[in-house]
Amino acid sequence: MSIETVSLSGRKKEVSNKKMTFAESLYLVAIFKGLMITIKHLFKKKVTIRYPEQARPLSPVYRGQHMLMRDEEGRERCTACGLCALSCPAEAITMKAAERTPEEKHLYREEKYASIYEINMLRCIFCGLCEEACPKQAIYLTKSRVMVKPSSDREDFIYGKDKLVMPLEMAIKNTQNQAAN
Amino acid sequence: MDQAIIIEKSVIIIAVFALTMLMAMYSTLAERKIAAWLQDRIGPNRAGKGGILQPLADGLKLFAKEEFFPNTPNKFLFIVGPGISMATALMTSAVIPWGDRLHLFGRDIILQATDIDVAILYVFGVLSVGVYGIMIGGWASNNKFSLMSAMRASSQMISYEVAMGLSIIALIMMTGTLSLREIAAGQSGMNWNVFYQPVGFLIFLVCSFAETNRTPFDLAECEAELIGGYHTEYSSMKMGFYLFAEYASMFISSTILAVLYFGAYNYPGMDWVENNWGINIANILGIIALFIKLCGFIFFYMWVRWTVPRFRYDQLMRLGWKMLIPLSIANIIITGLVILLAD
Repeated sequence: MSIETVSLSGRKKEVSNKKMTFAESLYLVAIFKGLMITIKHLFKKKVTIRYPEQARPLSPVYRGQHMLMRDEEGRERCTACGLCALSCPAEAITMKAAERTPEEKHLYREEKYASIYEINMLRCIFCGLCEEACPKQAIYLTKSRVMVKPSSDREDFIYGKDKLVMPLEMAIKNTQNQAAN
Repeated sequence: MDQAIIIEKSVIIIAVFALTMLMAMYSTLAERKIAAWLQDRIGPNRAGKGGILQPLADGLKLFAKEEFFPNTPNKFLFIVGPGISMATALMTSAVIPWGDRLHLFGRDIILQATDIDVAILYVFGVLSVGVYGIMIGGWASNNKFSLMSAMRASSQMISYEVAMGLSIIALIMMTGTLSLREIAAGQSGMNWNVFYQPVGFLIFLVCSFAETNRTPFDLAECEAELIGGYHTEYSSMKMGFYLFAEYASMFISSTILAVLYFGAYNYPGMDWVENNWGINIANILGIIALFIKLCGFIFFYMWVRWTVPRFRYDQLMRLGWKMLIPLSIANIIITGLVILLAD
């Protein structure tokens, strides 16, 4: 077998320049074949997803909006070690650490916490490396379908702790569920 | 008597006009739906139930668009172009027999706007004037692309008119009449002309695709080469008229195909229905039968559009002059021989 006739995909077709016969040059047979192909599609299942009513199923590894987790007692887990900021390839994360006072024991789990924790959503690429780097399991990328809200102000895309920390009600519910199980 | 005839004809003319408009309107929706279905999509379904109000929304949008005039010395012709297209598309419907006759108010009402004895010649005449709509519009646009498209459209329509006329000659030799009414009446029972003139029908079908500027012969609107074709410079309802005229003429040419070759308003068992249930019911069923046939043709037009890619200009000309015209001449000769031998 010469190299010209090898077809790895099995779909290789030789181009032929042979002259068409009169019947062929009327194209009727070819058009009829094509019509039969298209009519089959008339009865096929439609692939459209009607968006606002139906949503595309999420992939199991989908990564959405970040969340700073609380532990079972409702305390923030983050200890402001900065590993997430270090691991972030887009350099989207910044934080400022602060020391916990004795009155704040019920608020923060570790002795050091993040007084400022900001993610720039214009830079974030949702790679999830922050989640992997975190030693305290404090930052997670949720399955939330909510996208970053549009705005004409760049400042609006820097998400602070007010938007990132897990809401208290959610933490309470989680703890209750765990207790029930 | 005279007054009654005027009223009767006016009612028929207005009904046919309204119907053509309605069909053209809903052809736009049908086209989009069928295109979607053939491509495994759903198609427009937001305006009204299942998209039933979509044509109205489209019309409203076109009305709301800016009325743009290109820098042309021929403003009058620029406006007349779409008007001619629309008028010729609508005028053809005057000679189409929509049914045999109804018996109402003690008189026979013939379901045809006018029964002229050279109806086929009239249809061809009006169709030829349709070229002017495109040609004038494209020329008055003062745009090279429009002009080029108009040239293509007119040369295409003129060359396919030859084959179309020749293919119809064989039919006329067979039926011996030029009146659409008599051709329709001659196909009662299952004596549809398509069974006697299959080749003629095929040629006529291909040519009517070319005459209505539909794919695969829509070179005139070849977006890749000519922007929008002859209506590049048109906007608002003037463009709406061009698009609308295309659908109206598709409706009319489907009707002519059904009348000439697919038995017009005749359906199997029409005589039985007439004898048992009366002439009115028989003919109302006949009108429905004609509509089913022509809707079938409209569907076929769309089906082909979403199957076959556009021909190249030289392929188009070769198909017209070298294939269809010799075929239709051969068809005439064979028909003539068969008629001679049968006598």
